[in-house]
Amino acid sequence: MLESIWFMLWGVLWAAYFVLDGFDLGIGTLMPFLARNDYEKRVMYNAGGPFWDGNEVWLLSAGGVTFAAFPLAYATMFSGLYSALMLLLFALILRGVSFEFRGKVDNDTWRGVWDACQTLGSFLPALLLGVAFANLFKGLPLNEQHVNTGGLLDLLNPYGLLGGVFFVAMFCHHGALWLAIRATGDLQDRARAAAAKLWPAVLVLVLAFLAYTYAHTQLFGNYLKNPHLFLVLAAAVAGLLMARVYLAQGQLWKAWGGSAVFIACTALFGVVGLYPSLLISTLNPAWSLTIMNSASSPLTLKIMLGVALVFVPLVIGYQAWALMTFSKPISSEHDLEY
Amino acid sequence: MDVLMLSRLQFAAATMFHFLFVPLTLGLSVLIACMETAYVRTGDETYKRMAKFWGKLFLINFTLGVVTGITLEFQFGTNWSRYSAYVGDIFGSLLAIEATAAFFLESTFIGVWHFGWDKLSPRAHAIAAWLVAGAGNLSAVWILIANGFMQNPMGYVLRNGRAELTDFMAVIGNPWAWNQFVHVVSASFCVAAFFLMGISAWHLLRKQDSEFFQRSFRLGLYTGLIATAVVVGQGHLHGNLVAKVQPVKLAAMEAHWETRTNAPMYLLQIPDEKGEKNLLEALPVPGLLSFLAYNDVNAQVMGLRDVPAADRPPVTVTFLAFRAMVGIGTLMPLLMLFGFLKRRDIAQYPLYLKAMVWAMPLPYLGIQAGWVLAEVGRQPWIVYGLMRTSDAVSPIVTSQVAVSLAAMVLLYTLLGAAGAYLLVTAARKGPADA
Ligand code: HDD
Ligand code: HEM
Ligand code: HEM
Repeated sequence: MLESIWFMLWGVLWAAYFVLDGFDLGIGTLMPFLARNDYEKRVMYNAGGPFWDGNEVWLLSAGGVTFAAFPLAYATMFSGLYSALMLLLFALILRGVSFEFRGKVDNDTWRGVWDACQTLGSFLPALLLGVAFANLFKGLPLNEQHVNTGGLLDLLNPYGLLGGVFFVAMFCHHGALWLAIRATGDLQDRARAAAAKLWPAVLVLVLAFLAYTYAHTQLFGNYLKNPHLFLVLAAAVAGLLMARVYLAQGQLWKAWGGSAVFIACTALFGVVGLYPSLLISTLNPAWSLTIMNSASSPLTLKIMLGVALVFVPLVIGYQAWALMTFSKPISSEHDLEY
Repeated sequence: MDVLMLSRLQFAAATMFHFLFVPLTLGLSVLIACMETAYVRTGDETYKRMAKFWGKLFLINFTLGVVTGITLEFQFGTNWSRYSAYVGDIFGSLLAIEATAAFFLESTFIGVWHFGWDKLSPRAHAIAAWLVAGAGNLSAVWILIANGFMQNPMGYVLRNGRAELTDFMAVIGNPWAWNQFVHVVSASFCVAAFFLMGISAWHLLRKQDSEFFQRSFRLGLYTGLIATAVVVGQGHLHGNLVAKVQPVKLAAMEAHWETRTNAPMYLLQIPDEKGEKNLLEALPVPGLLSFLAYNDVNAQVMGLRDVPAADRPPVTVTFLAFRAMVGIGTLMPLLMLFGFLKRRDIAQYPLYLKAMVWAMPLPYLGIQAGWVLAEVGRQPWIVYGLMRTSDAVSPIVTSQVAVSLAAMVLLYTLLGAAGAYLLVTAARKGPADA
């Protein structure tokens, strides 16, 4: 029971991470396509500026909770995906630093370097997270000692790559909506147009990904056993539709909310499908890591549940407050910190 | 080199680099919050300008601390997977608590603080500063409880092939962790104090913005006076605990080979690790080692020869790190004391001001030396007495670690250089537009 609760919480943390960091990774990826001049670039930095660090901590807690609740899964997952994870971390480092460093020296080359870091450092994590999660859905070639016998290139199979492209498109769409909330003038128009253009791409990719998932993985097993669960998928679809309808009506916050629902439910759809496995072995089902064979002791799970029940609502509260307070449209030089 | 050695190097590089930025964050965040509080109380604009100027430097440093921390959180899984699986029940939860209880608060409110100068009232802004400062120091509590478990494991039982938690209160009440906390935080305030004083001294020497920098200098001085006293005084108690819990580390710190009572401390000493003796022992202070370790000049202190070579840490490194730390711990309070005595007309002592500019790296060196002592001196154990470092490493391919280590060193060097350049430029420019 405790294990199952923690499994769901684990999924929720990842979902929250994708929803929150998703928008600033998307903005960073879109920067070369949307910004026409230095001022517009700065607006794009500032659109996510107050939030990127707080958003990234969801990744840390998702990682930390994997460590705390399912130590064996944490050990296997991160040593097994060693090179991909290092690449992800280095990319996130470059992105984080670019916010703070870019505007500090008045020199075009300097700014150009950090702009490249911002874009690469946003695009790569989006791609890698998609690739990684697709491969988790599919399973890894884990041997009896739970060691991943595949390498970095094995992750780049067609299904993994489709997952990566899907994540990039999903985050870019999400980011364009956020930028539309925060930018004004031409840049806002371009952001709205980008969101509108990305929407069909996201739709096609999600359908392709679902079809491939159905054909290629066991993920639908839980759903076929218990069709009520398809509600998660229905909510995801509803979110995606909402995003488009509200965008057309110019209700940007609601459109962004729709996209957030879409991303969260997409992530949860995958997690529910995995249950009760954390890491599927493609070599032998008996070598998979599940919530039963990788969980922490009941005492640790209980203590951590107490911690989560106190702090997670608190965090959601103050982050929501910060998000509301610091998301006014950026209309002049005066509103820029970066 | 094998995976083990490369992983150790990578962990050391990543943590030591992270810990170039952490101490200033811990100390300066509190001092900035104090400046803002003073501004709210008195309405004196100079305090606001101080908070803004030092805050600008703070943010550059803070960002580097944040991004380098992210790597650390995942390194236990990537490079020390056997360790993670073995003690994750305890260690993993401490890291997770650190993230949920402290990192969220710190990173959310640093955004609020950074973007809130015009959007919040001065009072609300000061509260954001206090939240950042409090959360940073809270994160130190949790990570040091985690490190404390590795140094002095308690509250667990070996079951199901791993260490499982039995007593959470024992884990978080670990006296080792709290000793470390006081020591590390007071050392961090030393860093902040020298930082404030060094940069202020540079401007005072050039007679720029004197009122502003005199006030900053004085804040640094009073902070440093207290912090250096605490770090040294409490360091002695810390040593007592090391003697009790990790006598091998104590022996290595002092390159003490023969078990004996009334052990002296040699002011001049050169260890010879291979020969299991010291090449040079001069200027003994009789009984000092016994006294430092056990508060009794006649106490018996165990020597390294009584320990199998396989259970000894690298002696020379541990010894040198301890000497460096204590040397710096002797010098720093003297510098503070001089400043305190001459505090009324500090501008009359340009030589002292110049010395304070050059003294800025001192506490950094002390801190790095301290961690090398604590971590290298713990070897060959990753969890003292419970798990060996060689049993902890991940079953991964050597080339992976070699590539990631090379990439990390390159990346960190470039970032460090860029960060240092920005800090120096901003510090020199002064608060002109703050
Ligand atoms: C004594 C305190 C201390 C110690 C021993 C460590 N850190 Fe640290 N860490 C901090 C004190 C700190 C801090 C002062 O709280 C930082 C610096 C900047 C910041 O945001 O928080 C931080 C940042 C920071 C972050 C980024 C948080 C964010 O995005 O806001 C992570 C993930 C870690 N650390 C993780 C670690 C790990 C896994 C360590 C163990 C090896 C470690 N730190 C040692
Ligand atoms: C942040 C300041 C720290 C610094 C500068 C530091 C420094 C070092 C150094 C120099 C080593 C290499 C020792 C060797 O291999 O001989 C090391 C290893 C290690 N330290 Fe730390 N350490 C720090 C904090 C921590 C903390 C807080 C933890 C745990 C929470 C920790 C856990 C480890 C682990 C797991 C290793 C690798 C295994 C080992 O070699 O013992 N360190 N550290
Ligand atoms: C002369 C006085 C000092 C004494 C007697 C002293 C004592 C100690 C001892 C015994 C340890 C090892 C604890 C362990 O193995 O975990 C230690 C660690 C450390 N010291 Fe010192 N110290 C002194 C001064 C300083 C100074 C001046 C600084 C820096 C400004 C400093 C920074 C550190 C740090 C960062 C650590 C590692 C963390 C820890 O273990 O607490 N120390 N110190």
